[in-house]
Amino acid sequence: MSRSSGWAREAQAVFAKDCLLELRTRVALGAVVLFAVTSVVAAGFALAPPSGVAGDVKAALLWVVIFFAAVAGLSRVFVVEEETRTADALRLAVSPVGVFVGKLAFNTVLMWVLCALTVPLYLVLLEAPVVHWGLFVVVTFLGSTALACATTAVAAIVAKASMRGALFGVLSFPVALPPLLVAIHGTKAAWMANAGWRAAIGDIQVLVGFMLVIVPASLLVFEHIWSD
Amino acid sequence: MSTTTKVLTGVWIAAVTVAAFTWLPPAQGFRNPESARIVVFHVPCAVLTFIAFMANALYSWKYLRSRNPLADAKANISAELGMLFAVLATVTGSLFAMEQWGSPWNWDPRETSIVMLMLVYAAYFVLRGSVEEKSKRARLSAAYALLAFPAMVFLIWIFPRIVESLHPTNTLFSRTGLDPAYRVTLWGFFAGLVSVYVWMFRLRLRVELAEARLRERRHSELEMEPIGAQP
Amino acid sequence: MTWQIELRRVGKVFNDRPVLRGISASVCSPGAWTILGPNGSGKSTLLRIIAGLLTPTDGEVLYLRNGERLNAQQRRQAVGMVAPDIALYRPLTALENLRFLARARGMHLRDPQLLELLEQVQLRQRAHDPVATFSTGMVQRLKLLTALVHRPPVLLLDEPGSNLDEAGMEFIRLIVREQAKHGIVIVATNDTREMDYGEPLIRLGA
Repeated sequence: MSRSSGWAREAQAVFAKDCLLELRTRVALGAVVLFAVTSVVAAGFALAPPSGVAGDVKAALLWVVIFFAAVAGLSRVFVVEEETRTADALRLAVSPVGVFVGKLAFNTVLMWVLCALTVPLYLVLLEAPVVHWGLFVVVTFLGSTALACATTAVAAIVAKASMRGALFGVLSFPVALPPLLVAIHGTKAAWMANAGWRAAIGDIQVLVGFMLVIVPASLLVFEHIWSD
Repeated sequence: MSTTTKVLTGVWIAAVTVAAFTWLPPAQGFRNPESARIVVFHVPCAVLTFIAFMANALYSWKYLRSRNPLADAKANISAELGMLFAVLATVTGSLFAMEQWGSPWNWDPRETSIVMLMLVYAAYFVLRGSVEEKSKRARLSAAYALLAFPAMVFLIWIFPRIVESLHPTNTLFSRTGLDPAYRVTLWGFFAGLVSVYVWMFRLRLRVELAEARLRERRHSELEMEPIGAQP
Repeated sequence: MTWQIELRRVGKVFNDRPVLRGISASVCSPGAWTILGPNGSGKSTLLRIIAGLLTPTDGEVLYLRNGERLNAQQRRQAVGMVAPDIALYRPLTALENLRFLARARGMHLRDPQLLELLEQVQLRQRAHDPVATFSTGMVQRLKLLTALVHRPPVLLLDEPGSNLDEAGMEFIRLIVREQAKHGIVIVATNDTREMDYGEPLIRLGA
C-alpha cells in the first residue's frame, strides 16, 4: 500500500467523485441545461422573426441566458454536500485547496457542457450572424470558464447560508459581471464583419487577466469559507 | 469626537455650501451653467463611496486574519456608510444629468460602476441577513467582500478602458477641465464630508460596542456553574 | 510511535452563548477515553473541535507525534471520525464511497483490496449497491471502515452505537478494542451501554 499527497491528487479525487455523483443524479446538469434550453426557446419565440433583431441584442441575450443557467446550477456542488451532510466527510479527508480546485474543475466542465449544448441551439434558433468563428469559439470558451471561476467561491458561501436559491444569483452577479460584460463585448466583435480579432484582443486579455486574479483571490478566502 | 470638532464641521460645511452658491461662479460650457454647482457636492460623495468600499475590504481582510469581531463591525459600518454615500452620489449625479443631458441615466461607465458598487453592498447586506451565527456571518461576509473587491477593480478601472476605446465620451470631469475656484470649493466640501464620515463611523461603532456589552451582561447574569467541568 | 492530543483551555461560543468553556485535557496513545454528558451538553461540538472540523473560540487543540506538533494536513491524515451528522454519499455504492475516500486520502488501493476491506465489515455482497439502500447497521459499518481506511492513529466516535442492535454494538466494541491497542480512541456518548469503552476523560454538564 502506498500513499501520495498533494492537492492535485485530492482535487482529482473530488472531481471524479462529483462527476460520478452527477452521472447518478443529474442534479446540476439537469437544472442548468433545462433552464438554458427553455430560455433559448423563449427568446426565440419572443424575438420571432429573429432576422430583424440587431446582432448586439442577440449577443447580449446569449450571455444573459448562459449566466442565468449557470446561476441555476453552479451552486449545486457545494449545496448538495451541505444538504446531504457529506461536507464534513470531505473536510476530514481533503484539504481546502483540494476541495476548491476539484469543485472549480467540475463547475468549469459543467459550463463547457452547457455551452456545447445550448450555444449551437441558440445560434440556429436566433439566426446569429457569426462572422469570425474562431474568435467566437475562443470568447465563448474563455467567457464560460471565467464565469465558473467567478462563481465557485460564491457557491461555497451560499451553501453555508440560508435561502440559498435566491442568494446565489444576488451574490454572484456583481462578481460575475466583469467577465459577462467582456464576453458580450467580445461576442459582438465576433459577429461583426468589420470587427474581429483586432477589436476583441482587449476582451481576451481581460478575460484571462480576470481569471488570473479571481482564482488566487478565491483560493485565499476559500479556507475561511469552507472551514467552520 | 469632541464637541468643538463637531461644531467646526457644521460651520465649515455650512460655509462651503454658501460659498458654492454665492462665491462660486457658474460653470461655462454647460447647458445650464448654474446647475453645475452640484458637482461640488456630487464628486466628494462619489470619492467617499470608493473610500468606504476600500475600508470595507481592508477591515474584511483584517477580520479574516485576526477573527476579531471589532474588525467585522468596522467592515459592516464601512459598507453602510458606503451605501449611504453611493445613494447621495447617484441622486446628485442624476439631478445634474437631468439638467445637462435631459435624462437622469445615460449608462456612462461611471454611472454603471456606482450602480455595481451599490449592488455589491446590497448583496453584502443580504448575505449578512441570511447567516444567523455571528462568527460565521462575519467570516462569510468578509470572504464575499474580498471576492467582490477584484471584480469591482476590473469594473471600475479596467472595463471602462476597453469600452471607452469604442465610445470616447466622458471628458466632463477630467482634472484639467476643472476651474481653480471649483477645485477649492469641491475639496473644501470633501474635507467637511470626511469629518462627517469619521463622526458617523465612530457613532455607529459606539452603538455596536454598547450592544455587545449589553449582550455580555445579559449572558453573565444568566450564567450558572462553569460549563464543561472535569470529572 | 506515540501520539498525543492536548486540549488547552478550549472554549466555544455560538452567538454570544458559551457552549464550552475552559476545557483542558490530554491523552496519549495507546488507550480509549470517553466524553460523557447529557444531550445538548456540547459533546458533539467538543468532538468536532478535536477533529479539527470546528475552530474553537478560545484555546487550542494540539496534536503531537513523538512530541512534535502536527500541522493541519498531518492532523487531517491522523484522524478518522464517525458521527451521526457525517454522512456517506447515498447515491454512490459502498465500493465507490470507499474508493473515493481512500483516493482522497492518498491511498492507492485497487478494487480487489477495497473489496477485501468490505469483506471485513460483511459488506462484500452489497459492494455494488447504493448506500441509500443500506440499513442503519450497514451504514454504520461502512462509516467505520471509511474512517479507518487510511489507518489513522486517532479514532473519534460520536454516539457510535445509536440505533444499533446487539451485534452492531459488539462490532463497535471490537473496533474500539483493536484501535486502543496502538492508537487513541475517543468516544462521545450518553448511552450507558457505551460508557465502558474507555476511561472517562471529560464529563460535560447540561
